[in-house]
Amino acid sequence: MTKESIQPLKFTIGPVQYYWTKQQMQLFYKDVAASKADVVYLGETVCAKRRELKFSDYMDIAMMLREAGKEVVLSTMTLLESPSELRELRRYCDNGEFMIEANDVGAISMLQEQQLPFAVGAAVSVYNHVALRQLLQLGMKRWIMPVELSRDWLSNILHQPLIADVRDCFEVEVFALGHLPLAWSGRCFTARSENRSKDQCELCCLKYPKGRQANSQDGKKMFVLNGIQTQSGDRYNLLNDLPSMHGLVDLVRISPEPEHTFYWLDQFQQEKRAALPQGDCNGYWHQLAGVNQVEVE
Amino acid sequence: MELLCPAGSVAALKAAIENGADAVYVGLRNETNARNFAGLNLDDLKLAEAAAYVHKAGKKLHVAINTFAHPDTWQLWQHAVDQAVHAGADALIIADMAVLAYAAERYPETELHLSVQASATNLAAIEFYRQYNIKRVVLPRVLSIQQVRALARSTDIDLEVFAFGSLCIMAEGRCYLSSYLTGQSPNTFGACSPASFVRWEETTGGRLESRLNGMLIDCFEKHETAGYPTLCKGRFDVDGERYHTLEEPTSLNTLSLLPELYKEGVKSLKIEGRQRSPSYVASLTRVWRQAIDSLLTDPTAFEVQPAWDKLLASISEGSHTTLGAYHRAWK
Repeated sequence: MTKESIQPLKFTIGPVQYYWTKQQMQLFYKDVAASKADVVYLGETVCAKRRELKFSDYMDIAMMLREAGKEVVLSTMTLLESPSELRELRRYCDNGEFMIEANDVGAISMLQEQQLPFAVGAAVSVYNHVALRQLLQLGMKRWIMPVELSRDWLSNILHQPLIADVRDCFEVEVFALGHLPLAWSGRCFTARSENRSKDQCELCCLKYPKGRQANSQDGKKMFVLNGIQTQSGDRYNLLNDLPSMHGLVDLVRISPEPEHTFYWLDQFQQEKRAALPQGDCNGYWHQLAGVNQVEVE
Repeated sequence: MELLCPAGSVAALKAAIENGADAVYVGLRNETNARNFAGLNLDDLKLAEAAAYVHKAGKKLHVAINTFAHPDTWQLWQHAVDQAVHAGADALIIADMAVLAYAAERYPETELHLSVQASATNLAAIEFYRQYNIKRVVLPRVLSIQQVRALARSTDIDLEVFAFGSLCIMAEGRCYLSSYLTGQSPNTFGACSPASFVRWEETTGGRLESRLNGMLIDCFEKHETAGYPTLCKGRFDVDGERYHTLEEPTSLNTLSLLPELYKEGVKSLKIEGRQRSPSYVASLTRVWRQAIDSLLTDPTAFEVQPAWDKLLASISEGSHTTLGAYHRAWK
């Protein structure tokens, strides 16, 4: 159990889930380079039509971040539907420099074929030790736990003999701050919110750098519409849960938002416990409905 | 082209067979299947009875073990596979790679189908699952007919598509909306928007509110038909506009796509609805049997009979149907 107590948590910046302009992205990653983040995930994970940054732009940013001392991982699309999307995915897998975060088993298939190491993203359905062990044999080096799982569920998986024996061979990452990616659809909900179909979307996601809020009829935040992705209405925030991660989790993910990303990165890195703002939630970690906010003793 | 019908009970299974199903799929009475509803599904004895009945009729029985195994009760999923095989299932419908590996290794002779919950939407994903010797993949309802066609032309693995029933608009097996609001999801519990969290309340104005775990999903005027509060079918507000933000209450109906699906060699048409009554299963099986028979008689002359559409609409959610993602404009 050498991992327990000695290894400090590492902090990661997840892929930008929203559609930002090229300029906004470049400014953001300059800030990331100057930040104290340990690992940066880079790439479009939501919609293939979002092409403000192309593969070569992402590679340039990746090199720049590596120069700045960051570990860089290339994140890939979650819902892959067409042959052209698979061709683009293959370019990422063939990049020759950086590890890939596979957000669909299609990516795992390609990486396995080439015997390349990979990270398994939170949208790949891994719910038990047996599946985790299989992925490890296929080349998984890091596992980002599905967002709906709890600390207890994670602990249960990691303490199964099948995993405890090989726990040193991979890292565990938890999505810890940001709007939770909860679903992906064939339909684009941002286009729908503008009475458009996906084919005629006119890239309207660019107008909503933090997605579009959908509220219940009595005014409660329900969801955030982000193209074909649906996110939690509340922001997930595990700041006060960091103490319960030590010895179990290796990396803690901060998901980029248009504002305050680095403020929160700082709070997390310093483990500055504070009452969670209203509208933040942490239920999943406590094996409750995700939307719940639990006060941590 | 196989007509594959749902059954949540032996009565529904008999209704399906008597009305022309080529195969029926069922689940076990626990969280190993994605319709884990109270009073639904089959126990050991009923499963054996179901298999005997189906086989006597010369038809097939598929057993859905299509949720993701929990680490502390992994044996339950293994046991479900054992149970289904011993009962004489002709195929197992599995989503979890752990369960797939177990079934493939333990019962190499048993036909394995990749559940829609595994969310294999592309060729590379289908290739990934080939290592578990899957014979067939059930395609998620997020694909357009063009995408289904492209897949059909590029893989030798049999394809099964959803033909009719409740429309899941998210990539199946990767949707956590239900657990976000209730703590239980199809993946972790085997049900979406579980009934135990549903509350109906009449307001002073005579409107009917539907809530899921206290959250308001929709509010119906007196003249409106109130639908079950599946959270993706609710009406929400986006910048002052109130509408079915994700999807209307509606059912998928692909009758008009039959010739195309047939032409592309799609092996099986799946009807959703293990939670439905035997009479529901009977009437829609009858319609689909007629439609498929008419198609097979002369594929070039196939026409959707208005009576079929009418009957299907009458038993559909919100009393109307859609082509869903198969039709690009829906997206």
